[in-house]
Amino acid sequence: MNDIVLGQRSLTDRLLRVALYGVLIGFMLFYLAPLYVMVVTSVKSLEEILAGGLMNLPKKLDFYGWSEAWNNACVGTECRGMAPFMWNSLIASTAATIIPTAIGALNGYALSLWRFKGSELFFGLLLFGAFIPFQIVLLPMASFLGWIGWSSSLVGLTFTYIVYGLPFTTLYFRNFFVSFPMDLVNAAKIDGIGYFRFFWRVALPSSVPIMIVSIIWQFTNTWNDFLFASTMTKLESATVMVALNNFVEVANGVKRYNVDMAAAIIAGLPTLAVYLVAGRYFLRGLMAGAVKG
Amino acid sequence: MAISEHLPAAAKAAPKPRTLRTGTTWVGRNLPWLTLLPTGILGAVFIYGFIALTIYTSMSASKLIPDYTFVGFEQWVKLWSMRRWGIAVNNLFVFSGLFIAIATVIGLVLAILLDQRIRHEGTIRTVILYPMALSFIVTGTAWKWILNPGLGIESLLHDWGFVEAQFDWLVRRDRAIYTVVLAAVWQSSGFIMAIFLASLRGIDPSIMQSAMMDGASTWRIYRRIIIPQLRPAFFTAVVILLHMAIKSYDLVIALTNGGPGTATDLPSTFMYDYAFDRSRIAIGAASATMMLFTIAAVIVPYLYSELRSHNRSRTS
Repeated sequence: MNDIVLGQRSLTDRLLRVALYGVLIGFMLFYLAPLYVMVVTSVKSLEEILAGGLMNLPKKLDFYGWSEAWNNACVGTECRGMAPFMWNSLIASTAATIIPTAIGALNGYALSLWRFKGSELFFGLLLFGAFIPFQIVLLPMASFLGWIGWSSSLVGLTFTYIVYGLPFTTLYFRNFFVSFPMDLVNAAKIDGIGYFRFFWRVALPSSVPIMIVSIIWQFTNTWNDFLFASTMTKLESATVMVALNNFVEVANGVKRYNVDMAAAIIAGLPTLAVYLVAGRYFLRGLMAGAVKG
Repeated sequence: MAISEHLPAAAKAAPKPRTLRTGTTWVGRNLPWLTLLPTGILGAVFIYGFIALTIYTSMSASKLIPDYTFVGFEQWVKLWSMRRWGIAVNNLFVFSGLFIAIATVIGLVLAILLDQRIRHEGTIRTVILYPMALSFIVTGTAWKWILNPGLGIESLLHDWGFVEAQFDWLVRRDRAIYTVVLAAVWQSSGFIMAIFLASLRGIDPSIMQSAMMDGASTWRIYRRIIIPQLRPAFFTAVVILLHMAIKSYDLVIALTNGGPGTATDLPSTFMYDYAFDRSRIAIGAASATMMLFTIAAVIVPYLYSELRSHNRSRTS
């Protein structure tokens, strides 16, 4: 802001400016350091890791960690690598992204453009569901899934994600449609367009940005989830986060840090990629989940 | 939040579209709430029904298997007399206090620095915020390696010439909780930065300019004028961080697994251990109930004020 007022900069201003960038670069290094350590550790041989030099670049590139993590890493006694668990995560997250987003779009549409008596109360009650600590539903949910025969299965986990994702997706679409231009709604009214046609033809096509927000939110959250996944799955149906935690927990003999780090990078890559491609929408989802209204 | 602010006031003030025709049949007239019915049923059962069930379980005689004999507050009393629960609650205070304070300060400082017409601001923001996209299991795994005594930061310090340096907090009973704070701050402070930055960008720049004309120093302007205007952002940041702190579970599991011993136990890890691993269902349910009450005490007033202020700004 300094340079708005001051036409030319004094020496102190320049020094301040240099310091400013210095501090910012320092912070960037702080945020990047763990990622850097993960990457270099993952491509070192175990001997090199055990010789120390946490931040050193590898003397020789060694992809043992990556191939072990992908092909052979063990969960319990099963040593099939990460691939099957990545697949499980992908199935659960995809279903748990599409279905709640679709339902949330309709819900948000009804709650904002077709208000009825009690619709605000409905929204408020549903919204609370987005903030509960999921520990409070964990025991009944586990019994319920057992009761209907979905315990320890990917279907049960996906169902759980869908149910507890609905408050968020509804929130996004409701808050988006609430600011919908009323001229359009009124024009549609005069034309006599019906409820679903207006949704399909006008509302939904205009909601693409918030749809992206909702998709990214659901995908990231379900992919990264651990609490539900560790409760609702068993070995074959485990998601990648449960598997990762188990790879790392299994400690027989020397810990293979290169394998651990490669596995962690693989597990984190999908959401990191989504963030790098669509960070703006990711942030918007975070903010919309934090600041209502 | 932001969308409605960009629209002309006339659009906001327009009459509600309630008169939009949906047809003359009963179904046609009731379509809006019929649309919401499936979600309503799911919410009633899986959110409110299950909350009620867990609270009831916490007042039952359940142990290894559910036993729905009502015993009143007996299990709650038992819970609060448990030493391990005391440790978990105490840890939550230490963890959330430090986590909230440090993440708020770092977030605010970063936001102010980034608001100085910085080159490559977008890139810097992307770097600061990326940990939020990662799972706590992933980052916990990374920090566990970085903090491991022997080959982690400790060896780095040795390499840098601090031969005597020791950094074994991860495995020290009295220090391990601070490593959880470090990893949590690293992961979440970027988000807090984004909240403060959005709020800073909403401040009228002419306030700053006129204060500068009066010869006030930058430091003074921030302290006296800008930061006080960020009060709603502070409020939001603290609520979010507190909410995160109470729900923190994965990070502790991946980083310390509650240990050494029970040194980094939080109510969330306590709950899981008792409900699922030890199968003391009623105690687990009681601890979950305490978590819910704590969060509700923070979130309900927050949601209420947010919804109310939003409705007011929309009708005015």
